[in-house]
Amino acid sequence: MAKTVRRTSTRAGKRSRMQEAHDSFVFARYLFMAVIIAFIVVLMGVIITLGPLDISVAEAYRALIDRFYPGYFDVEPLTKRVVWNIRFPRIVGGILAGFGLGVCGCVMQAVLKNPLASPFTLGISAGAQFGISLAAVVGISIVGGPYILIGNAFLFALLCSGFIIGLAAIKGASSETLILAGIAVNYFFSAMSQLFKYFANDEQLRLMTSWGMGDLAAFSWSKIPLILAVFGICIPLLMLKAWDLNIMTAGDDTAKSIGVNAEHVRIFIMLVSSLVVATVVCFTGTISFIGLVAPHMARMILGGDHRFLIPASGILGAAILIAADGVAMNVIAPTVIPTGIMTSVIGVPFFMCLMLKGRRREFWT
Amino acid sequence: MMIQLQAKGIVFGYNSSPILKDVSFEIGPSRLVTIVGPNGSGKSTLIKCIDRILSPKSGSILIDRKDVTKMDRMEIARNLSYVPQNSARTFSSNVFDTVLMGRRPHIGWLSSDDDEDKVWGVLRLLGIEDLAMSGFGELSGGQQQKVLIARALVQETKVMLLDEPTSNLDIWHQLDVMNIVSDLVRKRRMTALIALHDLNLASKYSHGIIMMKKGKIMAVGDPGSVLTPENIEAIYNVEVAVRSQSEAPFIVPVRQIKTNGSRPIPDNRPFTNGERRCGFPRSFSEIKEIKLS
Repeated sequence: MAKTVRRTSTRAGKRSRMQEAHDSFVFARYLFMAVIIAFIVVLMGVIITLGPLDISVAEAYRALIDRFYPGYFDVEPLTKRVVWNIRFPRIVGGILAGFGLGVCGCVMQAVLKNPLASPFTLGISAGAQFGISLAAVVGISIVGGPYILIGNAFLFALLCSGFIIGLAAIKGASSETLILAGIAVNYFFSAMSQLFKYFANDEQLRLMTSWGMGDLAAFSWSKIPLILAVFGICIPLLMLKAWDLNIMTAGDDTAKSIGVNAEHVRIFIMLVSSLVVATVVCFTGTISFIGLVAPHMARMILGGDHRFLIPASGILGAAILIAADGVAMNVIAPTVIPTGIMTSVIGVPFFMCLMLKGRRREFWT
Repeated sequence: MMIQLQAKGIVFGYNSSPILKDVSFEIGPSRLVTIVGPNGSGKSTLIKCIDRILSPKSGSILIDRKDVTKMDRMEIARNLSYVPQNSARTFSSNVFDTVLMGRRPHIGWLSSDDDEDKVWGVLRLLGIEDLAMSGFGELSGGQQQKVLIARALVQETKVMLLDEPTSNLDIWHQLDVMNIVSDLVRKRRMTALIALHDLNLASKYSHGIIMMKKGKIMAVGDPGSVLTPENIEAIYNVEVAVRSQSEAPFIVPVRQIKTNGSRPIPDNRPFTNGERRCGFPRSFSEIKEIKLS
């Protein structure tokens, strides 16, 4: 109330028509994010029910609540186990992966000033794929044990982007240089992976191909804390740069004149987002559609302010990924289709609709 | 005289070829000064060096006697604002958000009501409040230029640098933009340094003119003393007629006196009565005749 009084008192009389339009636009931004989060919560309950064991939506939520308030509801032990140990970790993993990819796609598009940029523009997926190939075919691995594949994917993903970021730091970090370097590195590591494929046996080939399609099957409770820790540090760091990203879309010269050192911010963002994407990719494989399109959808609906755009891209990414995963697991059950395939199959028509019917025609001009 | 903006011995260049050679000048408060000169004379480069978008090899820039070269980016942005030449952008925000960016040097992560009020105030001042929710990319060239000026204005600096703000604008919008800047200089006691191509606009609005060629200042002073036929001929290789119109010189180009390379100098003297060249019509009545036939 005090706020309203102060705001109106600074102007002659009441707020103007445009100011009211702006206020309702800001409110609509929050509302949109709240709706998508609610959608995710509902979707979660629905997806948990799908599978060989029959569970109702209410039972699913009861099983989840029971975990935190034991004995509050009467839930079958089998249902509890299936919900908590099998179905829920996959959904939580999907939400985290989708969120990370959406956020990183959004910041990469902003720092590279290119609507075609995605979390994989710096060659991260090609690097990770190479790491997998190396472990699968030659048996060379940086870490041992159950993390042979994941460790390799993570390290080679970071190696790829590290190379490009290093190049940017030495030679200057214009967005064109970075995109070209990313494409070159992508080609190089893809070629190396192809070479391994050429010499691989059937079993190795199957492993490499299925990883390349992208899947959420690798998520279990033991892996979630690691992802949460990386996200907990990196996502706030990216959010802190939201203002700078807004300004950088107006060009490097303008950014400098408003006090933002565009080259430093670009390198910082690429470092942090590479860490996030490498963490996601090493568990899921290449799920390419989300990071490219979730930010565009958010931009079409919310406009260009990255303070809203970054979280909204993440939330939309999470929603698309778990929806696609729900379909992938159940559409021709008991066969489970890799999630990466389904994200594009159901995401592309939705995106096309938004492009054709959206009222923001000029979202990247 | 108080000095608001001072440049001392600025040298800038890529590799070995210098673009600015020892540029020095002083500008007082509440002055509108234009930099004129042919393409490639270093006007835009000078503006960018002053704002430290480009780093000069040597020389110093002082604002209110404070050295810009010793300031960090944010501090420079609180002292100097820059209106770029209008350029295409990959992702555009709406007008309100675009102008709000100018508050960045003064705020942290959250913009306060006070910041938003300042944006609304400036939008109203420039008469573009109704465009607040329109996308920047949907606007006309003149409207976009005003939005860029608004963004520089909310930075609340004493010195504003403008890089060819009237290029690509029709004659009405050229005057509109120059009137806005001129008003700001007068009413808000700002100092404006403008790179400009149009000598007549420079003459009409400037307190002082800096005339450059090949990275050097060739003449400095009020419009009457700088925009002389001799100076313009020496700098631009163009013969002009200068007419005085209520004290501000009015420049009419007559002909090129030298061309680049081996191309012959075209016969580009003005038409005289009864003379016809190239088959062009001589007067409006003649145009009508051609259309009727």
